[in-house]
Amino acid sequence: MTDKLYINQLENEAIYIMREVAAQFEKPVLLFSGGKDSITLVRLAQKAFYPSKIPFPLMHIDTGHNFPETIEFRDRLVKELGVELIVRNVQDSIDQGKVKEESGRYSSRNMLQTTTLLDAIEEFKFDACIGGARRDEEKARAKERIFSVRDDFGQWDEKNQRPELFDMLNGEIDFGQNVRVFPISNWTELDVWTYIENEELEIPSIYFAHKRNVFLRDGLIWSASEHVYKDEEEKVEERMVRFRTVGDMSCTAAVDSYAETISQVVAEIRDSSISERGARIDDKRSEAAMEERKQQGYF
Amino acid sequence: MKVLKIATAGSVDDGKSTLIGRLLYDTKSLTDDKLEAIERSSKQKGYDYLDFSLATDGLVAEREQGITIDVAHIYFSTATKSYIIADTPGHVEYTRNMVTGASTSQAAIILIDARHGVIEQTYRHFFINNLLRVKDVIVAVNKMDLVDFSEERYNEIKADFQKVVDKSDYEDQNITFIPVSALKGDNVVKKSESMTWYNGQSLIEHLEELDTDDIYNKGITRFPVQYVIRPKTEEYHDFRGYAGKLYGGDLKVGDDVVILPSQTKSKIKDIYFYDKKYQSAARRSSVTVTLEDDVNVSRGDMIVRVGEVPTIDKRFTATVSWMDNKNLQPGSKYVLQHGVNKVLAKVSAIHNKINPDYSGIEEGVDSLKMNDIASISFQLNKPIFFDAFKEHRTNGSFILIDPQSNNTVGVGFIEK
Repeated sequence: MTDKLYINQLENEAIYIMREVAAQFEKPVLLFSGGKDSITLVRLAQKAFYPSKIPFPLMHIDTGHNFPETIEFRDRLVKELGVELIVRNVQDSIDQGKVKEESGRYSSRNMLQTTTLLDAIEEFKFDACIGGARRDEEKARAKERIFSVRDDFGQWDEKNQRPELFDMLNGEIDFGQNVRVFPISNWTELDVWTYIENEELEIPSIYFAHKRNVFLRDGLIWSASEHVYKDEEEKVEERMVRFRTVGDMSCTAAVDSYAETISQVVAEIRDSSISERGARIDDKRSEAAMEERKQQGYF
Repeated sequence: MKVLKIATAGSVDDGKSTLIGRLLYDTKSLTDDKLEAIERSSKQKGYDYLDFSLATDGLVAEREQGITIDVAHIYFSTATKSYIIADTPGHVEYTRNMVTGASTSQAAIILIDARHGVIEQTYRHFFINNLLRVKDVIVAVNKMDLVDFSEERYNEIKADFQKVVDKSDYEDQNITFIPVSALKGDNVVKKSESMTWYNGQSLIEHLEELDTDDIYNKGITRFPVQYVIRPKTEEYHDFRGYAGKLYGGDLKVGDDVVILPSQTKSKIKDIYFYDKKYQSAARRSSVTVTLEDDVNVSRGDMIVRVGEVPTIDKRFTATVSWMDNKNLQPGSKYVLQHGVNKVLAKVSAIHNKINPDYSGIEEGVDSLKMNDIASISFQLNKPIFFDAFKEHRTNGSFILIDPQSNNTVGVGFIEK
């Protein structure tokens, strides 16, 4: 076997995890946002089960405030793979009165996704949800297990996590519980980009430098859009930017960039001095922002 | 790029988080926004230095109490290696987290506070890395700045630690001593100017030189079948692929193999990794193999080479590290997960408790409490195919799952 493959330990681990999910659970689902991490997961799932098709559906929790480029990309990829795509909309949860739209300067639909996600898990009786969270993203995520058990309310009990020893993954759960699975837990942002480059994976265009109407707030570059609240005195300007994550438009800030190809993006990340979540507006709410969201069932 | 997983162990206040923070800082792995957060928080607390521990102590409870209470994973890389550190807490009651961290690591850093020297906790930290066969152990004697960078004090601690090492039966374990000051940065990444008497490597120099391939456990080839791939498409109508991760050694096309438990013989026909075929597969790779003969293979079965068949038995003795609040007792029943294979297990006898401070064994024990380690005999409902843990780190270990709570309640290392 080639040396390149031999050293790709992270990929081998992730494939092992994908196979454990398919073997240990009745109804797994891969949570797909159209972002680079979930695109990586899809490729790993393809590799794990080849020449069979991926043996579980993909699900997108759509905030309705996504970048249109991401949605176009999502639909194209699903068609190519020949897998089932389930879409559940945050707008429906709002219309049903289950969640209330935030208002004001920092309003975002990011938090509202949790309710839609938990409802979808119940609707389809999913017992395992594969996600692209990585431990290097954020301090609370650094403590997350690879198989992370959620109770009937989708909650994470960080003080009572199962120990994970060697390679052995314990997927035993009670009816009504589900497991969040993180196959790329041990990858860093740079690992993901390097993998995308090696595998020549296609990704949404907003990851590359493009001209966009933006405005500055709190030292971050916000996308000017109908979905993003803006004061009148906040001036819109055109700038060359790209996105490092493709969350909801209201919680994802852009960075100045001229990187137009994957290798330029990889070089830029290698030299970058701001961490990926530094451009996530939702994490800046408080020191413990992520941990609080996770306890409530956020991914 | 090679990946190296390291576990850290130290008592409360040994400066473990500070050491990791220092490693991140001096290897320029802390980004501006993280560094700013550390500066802000250190200033708020009125410190006149940077509190690097803030870079790793993730959970709110930890920040409030200023201690680490769960395994956290930290990532950084240099030009040659990608490092994953499992930061495990050091209090007595959290032995289970240390065992967990060590189980996925090939190297360990044990911290000693130079002022306190080798304490009971140190024995425990070494014992666990010893029990789990962690190949490379680095003893970092920290807070050297608080003992005036004294060579005499360092040598004293080294001699004390050597007494513990002498009690170990794991001869291939590499032990390296390094005097450091995590707070001031001496011998972590940069060589110390205050300890010119020390001629050895800094911590990062040592880690950079470790041959990761060598410290990953080698052994006999074991291929536990994880998943059977049957596409049932026109193109792959008769395809039956056995997917799994390869442990111990390699596997080649044409190898004569035995499938367990059926003991059926066959030959490796093809080795796939995704859509490409290979002549051989290296250990630790997740591949799919096909066999020359149409044999019945399912999840939990194991493919091994002819002449390398492991022990096949329903009874064995293992050292168990207990991790649950509910005690283990003779007669207790558990689900035993050995790799990807699950069977039912009954505790037939607790032979003796092993004191993790090297003070010997305790006989006549009738139950195991959380954090206890003991030699236990099991009886299974079906035979498993195992090696002794000393010979095979993966095929010699298992976890115990409580059928009521579904929790992972213990880990075992097979003796015989």
